[in-house]
This record gives sequence, structure tokens and C-alpha cells, in this order.
Amino acid sequence: MNGARVEFRGLRRRFGSTVALDGLDLTVEPGELIALLGPSGCGKTTALRCLAGFEQPDEGEVLVDGADITRVPANRRDAGMVFQSYSLFPNLNARDNVGFGMRVRKTPAARRHARAQELLELVGLPDVGGRYPHQLSGGQQQRVALARALALEPRVLLLDEPLSALDAKVRVTLREEIRRLQLSLGITTIFVTHDQEEALSMADRVAVLRDGRLEQVADPATLYDRPATPFVAEFVGAMNHLPGLLSGDQVTVLGQTLPVEGPRPAGPEADVLVRPEAVLVVPDGEGEGMVVVSSFRGSTARLRVRLGDGAEVLADVPGHDSARLAPGTAVRVRLVERPVLVSARTATGVTAAVPEPDAVA
Amino acid sequence: MASLTPQVTTPAVPGTAPARPGRPRRPRVWRGVVLLLAAVYFLVPLIASFVFTVKAPDQGFSLDAYGEIFSAEGFAGSLLLSLGLGAATIVIVLLLTLPAVVAVRLGAPRWRPVLEVVCTLPLVVPPITFVAGISTVLRWGPDYLASTPFYQTIIAVQDPGFPIVLVLAYVVLALPFAYRSLDAGLGAIDVRTLSEAARNLGASWPHVLLRVIVPNMRSAMAGASFLTLALVLGEFTIARLLSFQTFPVWIYTISGAHAQVSVAVSVFSLLITWLLLLALSSAGARQRSGS
Ligand SMILES: Nc1ncnc2c1ncn2[C@@H]1O[C@H](COP(=O)(O)OP(=O)(O)OP(=O)(O)O)[C@@H](O)[C@H]1O
Ligand SMILES: [Mg+2]
Repeated sequence: MNGARVEFRGLRRRFGSTVALDGLDLTVEPGELIALLGPSGCGKTTALRCLAGFEQPDEGEVLVDGADITRVPANRRDAGMVFQSYSLFPNLNARDNVGFGMRVRKTPAARRHARAQELLELVGLPDVGGRYPHQLSGGQQQRVALARALALEPRVLLLDEPLSALDAKVRVTLREEIRRLQLSLGITTIFVTHDQEEALSMADRVAVLRDGRLEQVADPATLYDRPATPFVAEFVGAMNHLPGLLSGDQVTVLGQTLPVEGPRPAGPEADVLVRPEAVLVVPDGEGEGMVVVSSFRGSTARLRVRLGDGAEVLADVPGHDSARLAPGTAVRVRLVERPVLVSARTATGVTAAVPEPDAVA
Repeated sequence: MASLTPQVTTPAVPGTAPARPGRPRRPRVWRGVVLLLAAVYFLVPLIASFVFTVKAPDQGFSLDAYGEIFSAEGFAGSLLLSLGLGAATIVIVLLLTLPAVVAVRLGAPRWRPVLEVVCTLPLVVPPITFVAGISTVLRWGPDYLASTPFYQTIIAVQDPGFPIVLVLAYVVLALPFAYRSLDAGLGAIDVRTLSEAARNLGASWPHVLLRVIVPNMRSAMAGASFLTLALVLGEFTIARLLSFQTFPVWIYTISGAHAQVSVAVSVFSLLITWLLLLALSSAGARQRSGS
């Protein structure tokens, strides 16, 4: 089973006055797992449906291995899909659900059942063949749906938030399993999600969409460390914008001098982009910073610290430190010694532009 | 009839409503009263009819009237005709309504109110108006068309052996019931996702309809079929005015001559209808537990 190359070219789709896709250009390499990431309503599902054939673009085309499939009916396309909502056929048991596509193609029953069993084993459910969908848990149903989508050995696998209805633990195991399967089958996979952690942890590359357009596509590390646009910086993780003074390839920020990485803006005044986890906070009675808000997340706690000049900075500290750093504590703030990104000074900003970074974390 | 629309009646069972403190017994009492009233309303005429049919002036008890049904002139013919008409009507009305309801739901949800109104319209047209219209159309056959296939068609649809014109009329009458039942059944499954999943696996549209939608709508279709059958087995006005010998018309014809037999036939036809209802609703129940 080999993956196909998928290309979206200038895809446009509007519904009445809403523009769901606004000239989407994206190429997915053979065998790659790409995550489509973006806020709700940015057109992720619409893009996927255009590829599956459930939606016709108003403009632009979809190419699979160079062949234009924009007008090919959905049932002649070579793409397996797993849906966000539970989509197993309620009248068929798991084995017949997996075998549905083979039945359409008139595969003999014995071969069909053997292959269905093989696929159920592949997704880790060797014993549920005889059960009906209402006798399966949500996670099991999505696994069976995955097996069903893989049954016809498609060259493209489409996953539209297949994990969003599942609880946190099942989500993590299942996404690891999907990734493992995808790597072993080498199938080109497009994974829609609005969970950035999911996207960053699974994908070879992440495509960030905004209002129907591609904002940036890059591997997870690049996307996180060098966001191409402020939108990406804010959407993928949280980002502090701290005022700094450039001199040569060094920048002075919060009294520290750090090396600069990447492109440099012209003027000496610049914004230094710092992730919350690169901000170190230590309790210090003499310190000029003060913890304003602290939200505990288990392994970490995110603090909002007000600095002496009134600016605020977000900081992630280990969860066990959150008691020492309760709101009201006077603290000293330092940055981790490592090269930083800088951008031209924005009019507004000294700190994170996101109003409430918790929303995207 | 209540068991025909399980989706509607199940949540409405008053006993499941949480009893408010202070007046805990009220719903139960009222349920009993309503049940009793309904039972009296339905059972008294039924029992009276039955008693009338088995009471012979001299012997006291006799099932002769029931025996006579089967030997009475035209019984088998008219019953078979009605059952045949019913079967044909069910097939046509399902073939018409199911694809229409599915197509509107998937492709043009904005047209749903239109379809609903169109399908409900037959309820507001009085049968007498309807039949007057039909007979006017049937009589209209200008002479110069006498040798054309059109004229022969008009003749053929009025064949007393199997009057297709009645099937057409019954299809129209059954539309509101079939539509409601199928629409409710379709609302209970996620048609869009299921059909997209099937399309994604290579199924053509007819395959989606037959292998995915129909099997998941079995109880709704059983409901639609039963309502249609009950309608056809009970329809009198149109058949009578167009002079076809269907079962209800035959009951009416025979009632003048043998009062006892005609009532026995009515009781008998109720029994048949109940048996059919039982068969259909148990088919629906089997499907529900299997899915
Ligand atoms: N069939 C439709 N009719 C009208 N508007 C639609 C339709 N499908 C999508 N839209 C609109 O197009 C836009 C993009 O929708 P889409 O489903 O692609 O978003 P999404 O990125 O998948 O969002 P989510 O993360 O919430 O699933 C939305 O504004 C949506 O309201
Ligand atoms: Mg979506």
C-alpha cells in the first residue's frame, strides 16, 4: 500500500455569504501525515470533504498523483475517511461494517471475513467482530471505523477529528496507534483537528488554516519555534512579546542580553518572542514582579506575572512550584539563556497578544 | 395504533414522569381512568357486535354466522382484491416517498416544508371531492382518441379484476401517513453521515438506499406499510362510488341481506387487521433489538 501525493490548488468554496475556503493551496507528500489545524469554522472539514468528494469547490482543483479528481464522484475516489461523529452502520456488526466496501466490490464472503478479521486485529480489536455498534464503546467504534476506512487499501486516509468525541486518555492512546499504523502502511494521511497538541505530537507537518487560507505549513518544531505569522504564534502555543533593544546580533530584554536567531528587523527597538516555558520565575521578596494569576494544570502551572513597568508576562512553571508562587507573591523573572526570535515592534504590545492564552493551550 | 409510532409514544408514558412531591398518586390514578374510559369506548361496541353474531334465537350460542362468511358469495374475491390493492399501494407509496424524503433531507433541506405540505394535502381534500374528480377524468375520453393507447389505458386502469385507478387513488390517500412515518424514521438515524460513509466505501446511490438506509428504517417502513394497509382495507367511499367490489364494499352489500353475517364479517376483518398489526410491529421490534 503506497501513499499518493495530494494537491489542493486554489480551492474556493463559499456558502451564501460565508467563505469556507478562500484559495487554499497545499501539497501533501506521499506517505506523509499532515495535520490541518485551525480555529473552528476555518474550513478544515470543507477542505477534507472536497477531497473526499462530498463537496464541490466553486473554484480550484484537487489533484491526486497529478490527476485532477475534482469532478470524480465520491464513490469512485481512492480515499478512506473516518468521520467525527460515529458513522458505523447500525444494522451491521463490526465485521460486516469493515467488510462493507469489499461487499460493494463483490469480494467473496470468505475472503471478506478473513480480511475484516485481519483489519480488526490491526486496530487492536480481534474479538469484537460479532458485535453491533451499539455494543461498542466510542473508542472501539472509531477503531472499527478506521479499520473500515483502511479495508479497501486506499492511497489517502482522511481523518476528520476522529478523536474529538473520546475522553482524554483514549484519545492519547488512539492517536499514537493511528500514527503507528500510518507509518507502517505508508499511507498519505490528512488529519483534521483543532487540538494543537494532537497536531504537534502526531504530524510530519502541520498546516495552520485561517479563514479558509493556508497560514503556514511546517514541521511541528519549526511551527512552534519559528511561527511565520503572529496568528500562528498565538494559535500554536502561547507567545510573549517583550520589548527589547537590538545591538548587532544580540538583544537586551528584561536586563538580560541574549543572542538573536533568524531575521532581524531594521530598528533597534524590537519585540522579543518568548514562549512561557522559557520564562523562569523565582520567589524573591525584593523582586519587582508579582504573580497576578496562576492556573494549575497538573504537571505545570501557568502564571501571569506583572512586571515593574506594568507589563505582563506569561510563564509556565513546574506544577509542584505553584504553591510557592501563589497569586500575590513577589517574584524575580529571568529568561532561559538561549537564542530568541525577534519581530518588528508592534504598536500594541508588550506582552502576549492573546487575551486568554488558556483557550488555546 | 399506539404501537405504530414507538418513537413518539415511548417518551410520553406518563408513569415515567417524575412524580412531584405532594401529589404523587395523581398520574397513576389518571392513567387508570383514561385507560378504563378508552377500554369501555372500544370494547363495548366490539363485545356487543360479537354477542350479536353468536346469539341465535333458539340455540343460544352458535358460530354459524362465522361459518357463513366463508361460503358467502364474493367473500374471497373481494378480500383478495383488497389485499392485492393494499400490497400494490404499499409498494408504490414506499417507492415514491422513501427516495423523495431521503433526497430532500440530503440534497435540499430547504424544500422539506414543501414536501411536507404536498404530502399532507390529501388529508384536507374530502374523499367525495376526490372521487368526483377521478370519475370526471375517467369519463373524459373524446371519440377521436378511441383507437389510441391513451384510451386503452383509461379502460385498462378500470379493469374490475384489478382496478389500477384505485391503487393510484389510495397512493394519494396514503401519502400523509407514509410521509410522516418515514420522515420520523429518517430523523432517528444520521442519514448524512451514514450515506457519506457508504459513498466513501464505493457504494452507488441505489446501493446506499437499499443497503444502508432501508435496513435502518425497517420499523418506520413497517409503520408506513401498516397504516397504508389499514387505510386500503377500510376505504369505502371511493371504491363504492367507482363501483368496485372491494372488501368494505362487499361488507356493505351483504349487510342488507344478512345482518348477522355482515357484523360477523366486520369482527372478522378487525381480527385480520390486528393480526397484521401484530406481525408488522413485531417485525419492527425485532429490527430494533437487532440494531
Ligand atoms: N453545508 C454548509 N452550509 C452552509 N455553511 C457551511 C456548510 N458547511 C460549512 N459551512 C460554513 O463554512 C465554514 C467552514 O466550515 P468547516 O466545517 O469547514 O469548519 P471547520 O474548520 O471544520 O470547523 P470545526 O473545527 O468547527 O469543525 C463555517 O463558517 C461553516 O459555518
Ligand atoms: Mg469540522
